[in-house]
Amino acid sequence: MEYTPRELMVVCAARQIRDGERVFVGMRLPLLAFALAKRTHAPNCVGIFETGLIRDTPARELLYTMGDAPNICGALWATSTINVIGLMAAGEIELGFIGGAEIDRYGNLNTSLIGNWQQPRVRLPGSGGGADIASLAQRLAIIMPHERHRLRERVDFVTSPGYGYPDEQGPAGVAWRQRVGLPRGGPAVLITTLAVFTFDPTTGEALLQSYHPGSSIEQVQEQTGWPLRLAPDCAETVPPTPEELRVIRECDPHGVWTS
Amino acid sequence: MSKLLSMTEAIRRYVPDGASVALGLALEPCIPFAAGHEIIRQGRRDLTLIGPISDILFDQLIGAGCVAKIQAAWVGNVSEGLGHCYRRATEQALPRSIVTEDHSNFTIGLALRAASLGAPYIPTRSLLGSDLPRKNPTFLQASSPFDGSPLLLVPALQPDVTILHVQRSDEDGNAHLWGSLGICQEAMLAARQVIIVAEEIVPREVITSDPNRVIGPSYKVCAVVHEPWGAHPSAVQGYYDRDHQFYHEYHTRTRTPEGFQQWLDEWVLGLKTRQEYMAKLGPARQGALGVKEHRYAAPVDYGY
Repeated sequence: MEYTPRELMVVCAARQIRDGERVFVGMRLPLLAFALAKRTHAPNCVGIFETGLIRDTPARELLYTMGDAPNICGALWATSTINVIGLMAAGEIELGFIGGAEIDRYGNLNTSLIGNWQQPRVRLPGSGGGADIASLAQRLAIIMPHERHRLRERVDFVTSPGYGYPDEQGPAGVAWRQRVGLPRGGPAVLITTLAVFTFDPTTGEALLQSYHPGSSIEQVQEQTGWPLRLAPDCAETVPPTPEELRVIRECDPHGVWTS
Repeated sequence: MSKLLSMTEAIRRYVPDGASVALGLALEPCIPFAAGHEIIRQGRRDLTLIGPISDILFDQLIGAGCVAKIQAAWVGNVSEGLGHCYRRATEQALPRSIVTEDHSNFTIGLALRAASLGAPYIPTRSLLGSDLPRKNPTFLQASSPFDGSPLLLVPALQPDVTILHVQRSDEDGNAHLWGSLGICQEAMLAARQVIIVAEEIVPREVITSDPNRVIGPSYKVCAVVHEPWGAHPSAVQGYYDRDHQFYHEYHTRTRTPEGFQQWLDEWVLGLKTRQEYMAKLGPARQGALGVKEHRYAAPVDYGY
């Protein structure tokens, strides 16, 4: 069955959601991933939206933003932003989704600027809730297009902390997060248009977990700005099932987010 | 006491040059575009804008040269991506340079919450290890006096004026707001003064019939403006949905400074009032965005 790269990304994102989990749903593709997980393998997951919203059913219409009217209808709780991010600060949210303009091998994300931070060449929109989700969720799932200039050895600016960097006090990874005072979490997965990466929490480094059908380890390396390390069980990404594609296309019939 | 004013008069009196203005506080919905457009028409300068994820109203105010400083978590076009005017201002100082103090959605909410509590700051563990504190010199990194663990201290932020778009208000500024609230309540409680822009003006009894739905105390409200469709192209729950196509057109048309100026002439400077704006938008587009199926909440009983 034919499918688009973005449809596969939505499927990979949905598969990160375990049944019963509380999920901080980000913009764009995660909105669809939440709806897909909900209607397939994770019927009991609960979605939390930074506008100040919790719901346990997918919205009845395609969402362009999480504040769209259909997302409010039938919600479990409509409240304030600091109440829902506060739940995450208290450690109660299992999984958070974010996107980024740039990422590096340690899962640090940049959505703020390209170039020197004092005189940037390109100014990007900024954190939104991204830095909070990266800081406070138990696990972080990152979704972004795979291009060599986006997957870099080191990002120009760390908006949303991943596993930091090795320094004189110790390695990157969970140890770095503890050193800087982050309470938990760190990137669990990076889903791109070409591949899926997981992370080694002891070194903080991204591991190529799978390459999408039609791609290859060589092609992924070509488009990645650091020397790849492979997960021991690195393999081809499991393609979408017909059922997964059917649900995605019901949610986004005109391919607004998936074409 | 009636605080009803025209939008023109409310902006003239309460949003002076140099003011710090919090707006767009519910994130994507209930953005007070009509108020922002009047600020542009009156040629305000040197404003500080305060907000969470801000959609294209911040971009428009920046492009029109009204803004000196941004204290926000995100500036762009939510459904389209980058804000072209924000990029031109920060990268090329066009039409002028602006200062940015970067926040996250949580820290901007905490900064306003701190002000609302009379607290000098609120500590958090969010953003530890992020470079954002470099872009926001108001943050302080410190150790917890209890256990020595690292903390980020977010200082209180008090807007001169907060502008809120709500579903309904009485003439005194007792206002009902429903849907997801973003940081609206924090910004109202933190502000020195508040302008309420309402889809409907209702009798006081309608508001007092459901006091749990009131967003904050009306004594903080300096002006109430009746402006139906005043939040278009953003959504107002129970009144109209978001006009996604409008954001797409804005994104496409404002890639160049000339394109932005044409857009601004057409949709802001060339129109005197919101009524003219709505006439230009046309009944067909309004109809497509309006409520198709009402969904009323069950009544609650405040009886005793």
